[in-house]
Amino acid sequence: MGIINIQGKPVISGFAKGIALVSSMPLSFWGGYDWKTGEIIDRRHPLSGEIAKDRILAIPFTRGSSTTTSVLLEAVRAKTSPVAIITTSTDFFFALASIVADELYAQPIPLVAVSESDFAQLRTGDQIEIHKDGRVVLSR
Amino acid sequence: MLKLTNKDREMLHGDHGAATRMAMSILVRMAEVSDAEKLLDITSAHIDSTIYIGEAGLEFAERLARLGAKVSVPTTLNVSGVDEHHWNEWAVPSEWARQAQRQMVAYQSMGTIPTWTCAPYQTEMRPSFGQQIAWGESNAIVFANSVIGARTERYPDLFDICCAITGRAPAIGLHLTGNRAGNLLLQLKDVPEVLQRSDDFYPVLGHFIGKVSLERIPVIAGMRVVPNEDQLKALGAASASSGGVALFHMVGVTPEAPTLASAFQGNPPPVTMDVTMECLRQSRNELTHADGEELDMVVLGSPHFSLAEFKQLAPMVVGKQKHPNVKFLVTSSRAMAQMAKQAGFLDSLNAFGAQLTVDTCILATPMLPPEIKYLMTNSAKFAYYTPGLLGRNITFGSLKDCVDSAVTGRVIRDDTLWGS
Repeated sequence: MGIINIQGKPVISGFAKGIALVSSMPLSFWGGYDWKTGEIIDRRHPLSGEIAKDRILAIPFTRGSSTTTSVLLEAVRAKTSPVAIITTSTDFFFALASIVADELYAQPIPLVAVSESDFAQLRTGDQIEIHKDGRVVLSR
Repeated sequence: MLKLTNKDREMLHGDHGAATRMAMSILVRMAEVSDAEKLLDITSAHIDSTIYIGEAGLEFAERLARLGAKVSVPTTLNVSGVDEHHWNEWAVPSEWARQAQRQMVAYQSMGTIPTWTCAPYQTEMRPSFGQQIAWGESNAIVFANSVIGARTERYPDLFDICCAITGRAPAIGLHLTGNRAGNLLLQLKDVPEVLQRSDDFYPVLGHFIGKVSLERIPVIAGMRVVPNEDQLKALGAASASSGGVALFHMVGVTPEAPTLASAFQGNPPPVTMDVTMECLRQSRNELTHADGEELDMVVLGSPHFSLAEFKQLAPMVVGKQKHPNVKFLVTSSRAMAQMAKQAGFLDSLNAFGAQLTVDTCILATPMLPPEIKYLMTNSAKFAYYTPGLLGRNITFGSLKDCVDSAVTGRVIRDDTLWGS
């Protein structure tokens, strides 16, 4: 049991808490995320079969299809999205989904970018709190 | 700190209507998130948001349409969620077709050009070298940047339309010359010229490049042949599926890479990797997600089949018949299909037993009946996304492998060029 504090950059500012789901491999949400269930369905991805709904998803960035934004937006509307997402750099696709979710449903998803070395500290199963100023507090 | 022009501020304040205000508000927030210093004018846009995913995307489109959105630059439309005229020949649920058609109507109402294709570079709306554009659709983005030398960032759905309405895009990333330098050298090692002349080399190379490049800008050196546009299209689409490649350079081939030095803008390559036959064989194997020879359907045309591809396919199927248990589908745009018809290529395809779908593809519309379980394709993009999106098995092969397999009713692949 320990607590780790990480200072990240709030890409879309907000508070969230949840259990981490972490992979160092990037993911396309199109073909990679089932917005009806929140399951990760890219069968080549290490998180394949995991449910990201209500979790704090940590992946370095998105890859591939430009439809990733739309899939995340559908997940917000269907309440199957992660509660927050941690990346290693500002991810344009996630940021847009969060901003449009704010515009349409007043439900932005908090997004935080952390350094690669801080990202490497994250483990699936960690209890994580994300704060408005970009602070990420892990306990395990 | 983002600096806006007077006109930008007018749009943001709603002086140009409610739809423009909504689009500009999203654009400005994204520009701020991206640390842009200013916005720039674009000359065209390509809208990926046309793909029907679900209610939220439709609500977004209809909100903009209801607010009176009109595009301010020539704007092409990507594939939709349904082949408007042939969907009921397939397993598309009527409720899906209705919703997807609503989304088509919403985007068409904005003064766009209804191209309904993921290959807008095959239309007369193709941009030219150096033009600033805002394109969605990963394969179109990488083609525009790499093969044409037009300039777009890797724009997602929903953002492309905001750029089209305002005629503006954030001055970031690949819009700026300094960010277009290569930063990864991929040197082909002992890749035989006969393989480089073969179409199936390009999706395999692209799949490998996507995996190792991720979001970097790869520079491919060691080509012994000049690939054609469809080969570059296949390479780009593959690299934008397995990775996030939005721009590649190919020395001696693509317009910003007449020399190795120009591809890196005079800097030394920060990282060099060899691309060996072993890498390529592994990449080719990864594109197949199936065991055995079972085959229910061959699918071609991701990105959408070009006129040149129809011309290549037609003589390969002349005088042949596909196996009765196998479907053979080509996905393309209305424009390319019309030209292929006028050129007589569709007659050979029809006689062979092939079917044609336009406006969309198997990944964007739920058209496949449940009994279709084993697919085969020459497209790395179909091969990459089919297991996750469609939950089906798929085998990658050359165009000839696909035709031969469709005729015999089981998967056949000629491995000669790939060695062992």
